[in-house]
Amino acid sequence: MDARPEIDSVTGAETTGHEWDGIKELNQPLPKWWLYVLYACIVWSIGYWVAYPAWPLISGYTRGLAGYSQRETVGQRIAEARAAQGQANAAIAKASVEEIQASPDLLQFAMAGGRAAFGDNCAPCHGRGAQGAKGYPNLNDDDWLWGGKLADIQQTVLYGIRSTAGETRASAMPRFGQDQILERGQISDLAEQVLALSGNPHDAAAAERAKPLFADNCAACHGETGKGNRELGAPDLTDAIWLYGGAKADIVRSIETGRGGVMPAWAGRLDAGTIKKLTVYVHSLGGGQ
Amino acid sequence: MQSTPMRDEFAALSDVLAIAGAVIGLLLGITLAMLAADEVMGFHAVLFAAASAAALVFLVGNAFGTGSLAGPNYQPEVRFYADNVIKAGVVATVFWGIAGFVVGDVIAWQLAFPALNLDLPWTSFGRLRPLHTSAVIFAFGGNALIATSFYVVQRTSRARLAGRWSPWFVFWGYNLFIVIAATGYVLGVTQSKEYAEPEWYADLWLTVVWVVYLLVFLGTLSRRKEPHIYVANWFYLAFIVTVAMLHIVNNLAWPVSFTGSKSVILYAGVQDAMTQWWYGHNAVGFFLTAGFLGMMYYFIPKRADRPVYSYKLSIVHFWSLIFLYIWAGPHHLHYTALPDWAQTLGMTFSIMLWMPSWGGMINGLMTLSGAWDKLRTDPVMRFLVVSVAFYGMSTFEGPLMSIRAVNSLSHYTDWTIGHVHSGALGWVAMISFGAMYCLTPWLWRRPSLYSMRLVEWHFWISTLGILLYITAMWVSGITQGLMWRAYDALGFLQYSFVETVEAMHPYYVIRAIGGLLFVAGSLIMAFNLWMTARRTVAEAGEAELGGAQPMPAE
Repeated sequence: MDARPEIDSVTGAETTGHEWDGIKELNQPLPKWWLYVLYACIVWSIGYWVAYPAWPLISGYTRGLAGYSQRETVGQRIAEARAAQGQANAAIAKASVEEIQASPDLLQFAMAGGRAAFGDNCAPCHGRGAQGAKGYPNLNDDDWLWGGKLADIQQTVLYGIRSTAGETRASAMPRFGQDQILERGQISDLAEQVLALSGNPHDAAAAERAKPLFADNCAACHGETGKGNRELGAPDLTDAIWLYGGAKADIVRSIETGRGGVMPAWAGRLDAGTIKKLTVYVHSLGGGQ
Repeated sequence: MQSTPMRDEFAALSDVLAIAGAVIGLLLGITLAMLAADEVMGFHAVLFAAASAAALVFLVGNAFGTGSLAGPNYQPEVRFYADNVIKAGVVATVFWGIAGFVVGDVIAWQLAFPALNLDLPWTSFGRLRPLHTSAVIFAFGGNALIATSFYVVQRTSRARLAGRWSPWFVFWGYNLFIVIAATGYVLGVTQSKEYAEPEWYADLWLTVVWVVYLLVFLGTLSRRKEPHIYVANWFYLAFIVTVAMLHIVNNLAWPVSFTGSKSVILYAGVQDAMTQWWYGHNAVGFFLTAGFLGMMYYFIPKRADRPVYSYKLSIVHFWSLIFLYIWAGPHHLHYTALPDWAQTLGMTFSIMLWMPSWGGMINGLMTLSGAWDKLRTDPVMRFLVVSVAFYGMSTFEGPLMSIRAVNSLSHYTDWTIGHVHSGALGWVAMISFGAMYCLTPWLWRRPSLYSMRLVEWHFWISTLGILLYITAMWVSGITQGLMWRAYDALGFLQYSFVETVEAMHPYYVIRAIGGLLFVAGSLIMAFNLWMTARRTVAEAGEAELGGAQPMPAE
């Protein structure tokens, strides 16, 4: 190989004199700005090590001059956030849900807290606007399965519906189809009768046939006139609000399976204050009684 | 190459050893298939046995047909470079690329419209996501790296690949690993480590393959006829060595049963998290950065027909990159149970890594001085150069996001996803596309690509797709981060998590459209490369023969 460096004609720079598969290399110096920024990053990092926890030692680590500790910082911030709400939360803890509703200051605080807690805990089933979905009640209307007074709502939030809590609200509609309590034809007739109760188009003859069946099997909970019973969570069948759908197929399925939706108990998961906030918030949504 | 009796004996010995290896693989596969403790292990054992059997049939047929054991009919290989395995690598790269991009776009649509999970376990996001990441990083990227490293190390060493069957073992063994990993994910087998999901038996197999890869690479370097090792090979070698170390350390596990698919990782808690992200970040550093820088250092000067800008810069940025990258992993664990000091080290080393990363960009871009016009006239050059620009952007964004204060906003948000994809689509995929556009005519000995117009189309469609993807994820990620930390005047969270998910929807749709464009571009490439390889020189036409297409020097 030629000992004298070769000069690249385009840049005027020397090459290193090597060549691999036609590829050569120029002998350019390191770009100055590149080197200085690299040094600056190194100097900055060393400065950072001096100020912050950085290097492990045999036992412990270099703590840095700034006294930084992530654990302490987050502990402080949480304490500050708790303290900022401390007074209001203490008042909520002492007050009943009725008293909270009566006090404008507490109500404002409870509504804000209830909205936040609803979004994270309730919205996945009931929807962000509490509009519900098939199988999950709409909380904005005034049709309450287990009652819409403050105390009723609080009870429901605390212990849930058909949940594992001892004090849960519970009732079980028989599985008329699955347990072969009624025949297919009878269930079909009953569905027509349910449609009739809510004033929907129906087969009048079938509905008429089902009247004694309704009296024997349904009236005990849903009432003679189908108005429902909040003690048992038995829905009103005469309105146009359907938890599991109002088409005949939906009604047939409800009679066959008994449905039996579940809401978890929130006592133990959420603190008592948050449940009070949720109660007040849900009560305010439109249909509170 | 002259056939000598000495070489013939070596060839016969290699054939016998390879056949013995295939027999052992077959027996191992059959044994495991019979003893398998679960269905997936049974399936993978059958797959392994079938692959071994196929290899056995081929090896025996070859050796006794025209190969080393064929007696007087023996026809020794005549070509100087071993290029067939690289051709196979190009095909696999394009195939896995498209597969990985398609699965990626499917899960992008799933995020926008969850019903597309189809309520089936096999098509759920949780199983398809590792399928996507492994397909693009390891199947597409890995095959591209193996193929280009085999090409580059031969050309820049003026030596044939070491080993008679070893390069083929690396290729097929690696792809068998990918098939085992991918089918495992879909069937629900995972060790739940991001980018290291395959279970212990797949990990062991990859270790064997990877060691052979290292030996082939080192063997080729050792028989080089150049006095010095070219810079691209430093990067490839750093990639191979470090990935071996990362893979082994992060995957240390004990199988629940030696005939079952499940294992238990040896680390626990924060040590496990730290090991995982030491691995995870260096997979980015040594697989997706060092390996592809090796690709860059060959294909850019070769295509531009210009000398590399600075030899000094390549030395300094190589060693500083290697030294600093390995420390940066803890920045994935800011504000977690990881001790403050480890977070600080991860962050500061990431900052110091900025310039070493940019050294590669400077060397790539400045190599074009004197050839900038090629950016206008050669769309393949444009792929290569724009990939380096994306590399520069994401290696600036990375250190920025490693700063604790920035990370407190960006972490766990879509910003991270956007950052990864500006690197993965913009850098890794674009430079691989450029390399495939170079390699196909070189390997199949065609005067030019089938169509430069299609390369042009591919370039613009995929660039548009990447920009849609990245900008959507920036907006979505920053929105997400700000919504998560917003409090109202009374100290309650302003938004519920569901609301932040809802706010992401439009960006998820835009991202999925960007991904669709990227898929479309890759299909154009596949067609173009297929047509290039398929047509004969006579069909190519005189006009295109005049084009300045670099041909391999031999």
